[in-house]
Amino acid sequence: MKNQIQILLKDFIRDVAGEGIRREAKNFLGIDTGAVKTGKIFTIMYDLTEDQIATFAKKGLQDEVIHDVYINSFYQNDFYKSFVLVAQKPGVTDDEGVSAQKTLKDILDLPLDTTTQHIYTENIYLLENSLSDDELKELAQRVLGNKMIQHFEYGVFTGQVDYVPHVSISGEHQMKTISLDIEDQQLVKLSREMVLSLNLEEMLAVKARFADEEMQKKRRDAGLPADPTDCELEVIAQTWSEHCKHKEFSAMIHYINKETGEEIDIDSLFKTYIRKSTEIIRQRLTDAGNNWLLKIFTDNAGVVKINDNSVFVWKVETHNSPSAIDPYGGAITGILGNNRDPLGTGIGGGKLLFNTNVLCFGPPHYDKELLAGQLHPKRIMDGVRKGIEDGGNKSGVPTINGSIIFDERYSGKPLVYCGTGAVMPYTFAGVHSWEKPIDDGDLIIMAGGRVGKDGIHGATFSSTELDEHSPQSAVQIGSPITQKIMGDFLQEAAVKGLIKCSTDNGAGGLSSSVGELATISGGAVVNLEKVPLKYPNLQPWEIFISESQERMTLVVEEKNRKALFELASQREVELSDIGYFTADGYLDVRYGAEKVAYLDMEFLHNGVPRKYMEAVWKKPQLQEPQLPSKLDFTKTLHDLMGSLNICSRENVIRQYDHEVKGKTTIKPLMGPDGKAPQDAAVMRLNFNSWEGIAVSNGILPRYGDIDAYQMSAGSFDEAMRQIIAVGGKLPDVMDASNRFWTVNDNFCVPDSLYHPQTNPDGKLKLAKLVQMNQALFDMSTFYNIPLTSGKDSMKNDFKAGKVKISVPPTILYSMVAKVADVRHTVTSNFKAPGDLVYQLGETYDELGGSELYQLFDELGANVPLVRKEAAKKLYETIMKANDASLLESCHDLSDGGLAVALTESAFGGNLGADISLDAVGDFSTTVALFSESHSRFVASVKPENRGVFEALFGTQAKYLGEVTAIQQLIVLHHNTKVIDAPLATLRKAWDNGLVQE
Amino acid sequence: MKTVKALVITGFGINCEEEMAAAYKLAGAEPSIVHLNDIFLEKVSIHDFDILNFPGGFSYGDDLGSGKVLANKMKYRKLTSGKPFMEEMQEFIDAGKFILGICNGFQFLVKMGLLPNTGGTFQQEVTLTRNNSAKYEDRWVYLKKNPASNTPFLDGIDMMPCPVRHGEGKLIIKDAVIQEKIVDANLNCLSYCDAEGNVTSDYPANPNGADLNCAALTDPTGQILGMMPHPEAFLSFYNHPNWGQLKRQNPSHPDEGEGLKLFTNIVEHIEK
Repeated sequence: MKNQIQILLKDFIRDVAGEGIRREAKNFLGIDTGAVKTGKIFTIMYDLTEDQIATFAKKGLQDEVIHDVYINSFYQNDFYKSFVLVAQKPGVTDDEGVSAQKTLKDILDLPLDTTTQHIYTENIYLLENSLSDDELKELAQRVLGNKMIQHFEYGVFTGQVDYVPHVSISGEHQMKTISLDIEDQQLVKLSREMVLSLNLEEMLAVKARFADEEMQKKRRDAGLPADPTDCELEVIAQTWSEHCKHKEFSAMIHYINKETGEEIDIDSLFKTYIRKSTEIIRQRLTDAGNNWLLKIFTDNAGVVKINDNSVFVWKVETHNSPSAIDPYGGAITGILGNNRDPLGTGIGGGKLLFNTNVLCFGPPHYDKELLAGQLHPKRIMDGVRKGIEDGGNKSGVPTINGSIIFDERYSGKPLVYCGTGAVMPYTFAGVHSWEKPIDDGDLIIMAGGRVGKDGIHGATFSSTELDEHSPQSAVQIGSPITQKIMGDFLQEAAVKGLIKCSTDNGAGGLSSSVGELATISGGAVVNLEKVPLKYPNLQPWEIFISESQERMTLVVEEKNRKALFELASQREVELSDIGYFTADGYLDVRYGAEKVAYLDMEFLHNGVPRKYMEAVWKKPQLQEPQLPSKLDFTKTLHDLMGSLNICSRENVIRQYDHEVKGKTTIKPLMGPDGKAPQDAAVMRLNFNSWEGIAVSNGILPRYGDIDAYQMSAGSFDEAMRQIIAVGGKLPDVMDASNRFWTVNDNFCVPDSLYHPQTNPDGKLKLAKLVQMNQALFDMSTFYNIPLTSGKDSMKNDFKAGKVKISVPPTILYSMVAKVADVRHTVTSNFKAPGDLVYQLGETYDELGGSELYQLFDELGANVPLVRKEAAKKLYETIMKANDASLLESCHDLSDGGLAVALTESAFGGNLGADISLDAVGDFSTTVALFSESHSRFVASVKPENRGVFEALFGTQAKYLGEVTAIQQLIVLHHNTKVIDAPLATLRKAWDNGLVQE
Repeated sequence: MKTVKALVITGFGINCEEEMAAAYKLAGAEPSIVHLNDIFLEKVSIHDFDILNFPGGFSYGDDLGSGKVLANKMKYRKLTSGKPFMEEMQEFIDAGKFILGICNGFQFLVKMGLLPNTGGTFQQEVTLTRNNSAKYEDRWVYLKKNPASNTPFLDGIDMMPCPVRHGEGKLIIKDAVIQEKIVDANLNCLSYCDAEGNVTSDYPANPNGADLNCAALTDPTGQILGMMPHPEAFLSFYNHPNWGQLKRQNPSHPDEGEGLKLFTNIVEHIEK
């Protein structure tokens, strides 16, 4: 029995959602919809009486102040000539339907099942104008929804809606076996058809293992067929995926540097550079007796010590492939999945403190023809932004910092970096919170959402290039409310000592989470029939690898089982007891009486064949461009302020909650009008002390077109100097106050495996990756700033037919540093007229890869070089200056160089500046204004502090001029006025760079 | 002097409970954060407290309209003993005790009919819905107090800066009769204003386009206050987006944020 309820705004209530759609259709598609009226339809499949439906509609759904309600009929009005209906496809998350179920249960006080879907929601849009089917389809697919996950109906509304996205899967549970006793070519075909993403060598390794006599005997004894089961092949594929095993970062690489003649064999980039650098730093800290590195590179996130009572946990990851297909779903799943990393580190149950996100998109005005399956960069940007908004805001986690980079090469696959920090107490019920003990006999408890087909093959899928046939089941939509309820529960359970440890169910689902935990105890038995499902008839292998979201796997001792289940029921969290850990060396997966997988842990985790790769570096032949000889600097500065990579992100930033929790003290935008962009974000850790952290991101992909080493080193420096700018302090191994720094590295590169036809420049790409790692090692060990966790994403290419759009090799360094007292931090905007303005640090003729050259479509050759000895000396001087409270403002120089930083510091404070470039050095005006040399700042100082300040800095500080009350930027060079502009027009250019309305 | 006990409700997507509890602690009260279900299960009684607080958040993800699902839960659910939760609320109010709802908390107080409650029967009289900008926004605004408001929460406050963080904060009043009652009784206790204190309907000083430019409502007794802006996010001076320049202008500026005043007000009022 189906009932339908429609809720829509009364005619006299302003339909702001409808207005937004009308605007979007006009601006983005050039379609004139006329007035748009929005409504929502609830299709209810519970068996209810007419009275019950009426009560539910009026009490449960309607807001009587603004809504009209229709029961089993729909609003119709001849004024609206066309309509579009948007419904979820079967099996796609419908949170609002579930919330409606819960409120129905509360109102009618009935024992209804609310764990599976019985109420479906659909959006209906009534349009004033009569539009063609083509226009309506365009509107539906490009503004109102996404055909990957949504069903559309459009045309002239007949007053009837029949579609119900009920999931129905026919067929019995059936375990298949697959013979590997086939030719090589067939093996490759099999891998492709099953979406295993295993190459021939890997398939052969599996084949060889299954041909092993001893193994065959064990299988017979355990009651398994001789050939691998579907579940076994799937588990191996998940476990061996690039996503889970990082095969390229573990590969043996032969590296030739043709520039220097160097030729080396690198036994794993990860071990040689990333882990090694942190191990060196940990040794130095340990030797000094001040080790604050508690956990590195194991578990879901790294852990450092804040003080004797608390530890800091954090992780930054990417969610690129899913965001290319369904930007909203990809991003929200990314941010929620990333939240579960610190939530599932050690014992688990940390308190989430903040999110950060860094996004790389194609330009929003991209006008090339879209390839099959490619979404327009603006759609990707809007969807990702919304996903981050909902993922953060609805979870109550402030998004305190981020960055957006535009480059046409991100038009195929965007990069979506999500980071989350959390705080855990030093101990939970007497046990170190970051430890992860598991013993034979401990229970495996799944918590949170139910399992459906969603996300099947996510781990293997993200390890391949995208094409137009990418499977729909790879897309999932996160449910922040489900996760929030589960996260709250987990924190409570951890404090009560009810969970022994936990982990997140992310890529690979249960197969990965249980598979990885089982390496601690040495085995596990899983009973898949006990896993609660969203809808019946999933195959056992699907249950095991499904990536349905908002799930954690808990390790629980039998003695705590009852209390844990009781707490879960009070908190309305669904738990299921799905097996136990063993020590017999096998992952033993069953469905009822049937064994569906029986894999030895050693082979599963260490059996993947080692990759061998080749890298060859050849320096590109580049030269500096000829710019127009008479550059109008005032105009150029306006152009730069409005350029995509410099202009204001305010519209994006304000849609993220950056101050929930009440602890953010340096937010992304500050100053009297909230227009001053800041460098690092600063947050208090609690309300009892002024201790805090500074959070920053460094990313400079364009420099990599000239020099990948300098790009990586420069990105590291950028993240560091942002923290120095706000008053952070470099680590000191002799310092006993846990002045920690912790870095997440995230490499996102195009396919770097050489292939003569499909990837002829693979060796060069890999060489860039090697150099990026070498820079990481050099910077990290020089400053004692350790990497504690990270991620690599290796196939960021979008393919359609013969066309390939590949991202530039990109590295993001995300940094967190402890700040002793947030009251002594420094913001970027000028504070008072009359203050003296200085440039700190040296300028060089380094416009290669700059935003200025970008304006003229040039790359250049003189990439900014990192000079770490000089930079360190400067940073130490700044630290001393901050100890003496000498800096009124400090802003790091990055995109657009000195001119842009000066402009931002001035308009950010509603002030102006009178500047002379003469002290900057013996450079052309262009270089002095726009060079992007690293490790520089614009700072302002009270006039009375001039003497102390200049004595402290010496030649490291270049006197530029004064802050003025008049909001005008005036810049002289050798007595010639080179810039004279009202800050209001500069700010306007900056404000409007991304605004499209 | 009595210790004031503040009950801070959490669960189901509420997410500002910690700063709310911190506000009471800083104001000298004793806060307890309690899951709503523990009240339904009668593990905790609201009557053991002086102030009942509904913090901000995204209860049930704003599904069905902000605050709606949680409002329904409180309005229609019974405690384990069979007593309707609304009866508990009625008794709590009759005892002269106080209720504060911020942001999402305000949204469900309104949808439960506790605010403005001009009719005294807990019927919904106003709603909070989509901002005219059609966007969720986090920005700082100024609030001007209605000088005739009787609520002790706002004693001694004339104007204060505060962050708003919502997508559905536009107050819509059901009809002219209710609007008149609200205005006559000065229940619209805080309005959005510009930096000079002039009440305004101009975006972004008025972030959502609310009727009467209203940012907060009380009930006729003044015991219940609901507001969209977040005073609990301004407990420290360093929460203010312009603390840098303000500190320069007044180097001995206290560390305390202006939002705390609202909490010390009510705690001191109860202590008396």
